[in-house]
Amino acid sequence: MLAGGQSLIPAMALRLARPAHLVDINGVVGFDRLEPSESGVRIGPCVRHAALGAEAVPGPLGRLLSLARRHIAHAPIRARGTFCGSLANADAASEWCLVAVALGATVTLRSQGRVRQLAMAEFLLGAMTTALEPDELLVEAHLPALPAGTRVGFHEYARRAGDFAEVMALAAYELRDGLVSDPRIALGAVEGRARRLPAAEAALAGQRPHDAAFRRAAEAAAAEITPADDAEDGRLLARAAVARALSAAA
Amino acid sequence: MSDGGCASRSIAVTVNGSVCRAEAPVRLTLSDFLRQTLHLTGTHLGCEHGVCGACTVLVDGRAMRSCLMLAVQADGHQVTTIEGLAAPDGSLHPLQAAFCRHHGLQCGFCTPGLLTTLVEFLKDCPDPTAAEIREAISGNICRCTGYDSIVAATIEAARALRGDGTTP
Ligand SMILES: Cc1cc2nc3c(=O)[nH]c(=O)nc-3n(C[C@H](O)[C@H](O)[C@H](O)COP(=O)(O)OP(=O)(O)OC[C@H]3O[C@@H](n4cnc5c(N)ncnc54)[C@H](O)[C@@H]3O)c2cc1C
Ligand code: FES
Ligand code: FES
Repeated sequence: MLAGGQSLIPAMALRLARPAHLVDINGVVGFDRLEPSESGVRIGPCVRHAALGAEAVPGPLGRLLSLARRHIAHAPIRARGTFCGSLANADAASEWCLVAVALGATVTLRSQGRVRQLAMAEFLLGAMTTALEPDELLVEAHLPALPAGTRVGFHEYARRAGDFAEVMALAAYELRDGLVSDPRIALGAVEGRARRLPAAEAALAGQRPHDAAFRRAAEAAAAEITPADDAEDGRLLARAAVARALSAAA
Repeated sequence: MSDGGCASRSIAVTVNGSVCRAEAPVRLTLSDFLRQTLHLTGTHLGCEHGVCGACTVLVDGRAMRSCLMLAVQADGHQVTTIEGLAAPDGSLHPLQAAFCRHHGLQCGFCTPGLLTTLVEFLKDCPDPTAAEIREAISGNICRCTGYDSIVAATIEAARALRGDGTTP
């Protein structure tokens, strides 16, 4: 299956992938549909990275998409690579996987005669591993909207602009009576797959949004993860990224 | 090669304003098509996996990696390469002129990709800061210039394209 080709063609050029058949989905009518609504946004399989931002999607969700998008590769790659392709490719350092996991996205998978919907947590199984069967196409991703007034922050560290991240963290929360409610804290690139961090979220819930609370949440994040590579480095990166994503959201 | 590798399609791509019809093997990249089939060797190939930016061309006005597109995917689309940037009378595009003046190139290997990337960037962002320019060209590797002269040339070209300021 060839979507944007920004992961598959490099893999073929390096002879890491040698597919016997290639099906190009770029010409399929309607696959480039992008439908923002009250409840969120539906993303067809040919929607490019470049199309997903505040100019297309209203509210805090659009803002969050813009924040994440600028970290994905470089403009010429964003003009071609697709959102659904990023989910299907499931790189541990995929910004869109992190966003989708943090927001509780659902994906629709289709093969001949069968359609199924999966929550992102069931879909994303590990680094470069998803629940997609060989005969299935990811035909739509749905990102739920964030309530108006949700504060969002995204922090990423990469060696050079556009490189795959060493760490990335996403934070989103609402304020009720000045206290953090419904916090979402998610981390990517450090473990094999992006995920929400329940201990960090619990540490932040009900607190005033200030540095001390952010630091405690970041400590909890560092303690609850199992870094894929060096554990000490991974925890250091996670602690810093979560704290910065939270301050950026404040 | 597998059976898929032998098949070819006849395609029509508008390259720098003229329609080019040709047979293209289905797995030929757009970059190889431009260089080998159309003999437009201004588009350079450094890494062939999307990292160096040398092969960047404009497809329907958007900068894209020609090494990461198949020629058959350009069928029916408009492609602009470095050969198509200057005016028909040969006068240089303001970016090309500014690159000359500021020594924005030495060996010239990266230059076609930088220019196509920057043509699109200045359309979207006509009055950029130096930091924005650096981010825009973060996907273009130049091993000669150290980038400062490229940034200076871009600032000058942006001014010329906006029509304010004097070009020396
Ligand atoms: C230099 C460079 C830097 C990059 N940096 C980043 C980065 O920082 N962050 C990041 O997230 N990505 C990065 N990428 C990858 C880029 O974002 C890709 O676009 C993305 O990973 C895959 O999307 P695609 O549409 O290009 O998929 P393709 O390359 O077309 O496909 C990738 C894989 O997914 C499968 N697939 C694609 N679409 C579907 C579908 N709808 N249903 C089922 N299977 C499908 C394909 O069969 C293939 O196995 C970078 C790429 C390059 C070349
Ligand atoms: S040759 Fe295409 S990016 Fe390097
Ligand atoms: S001028 Fe030589 S690589 Fe840029």
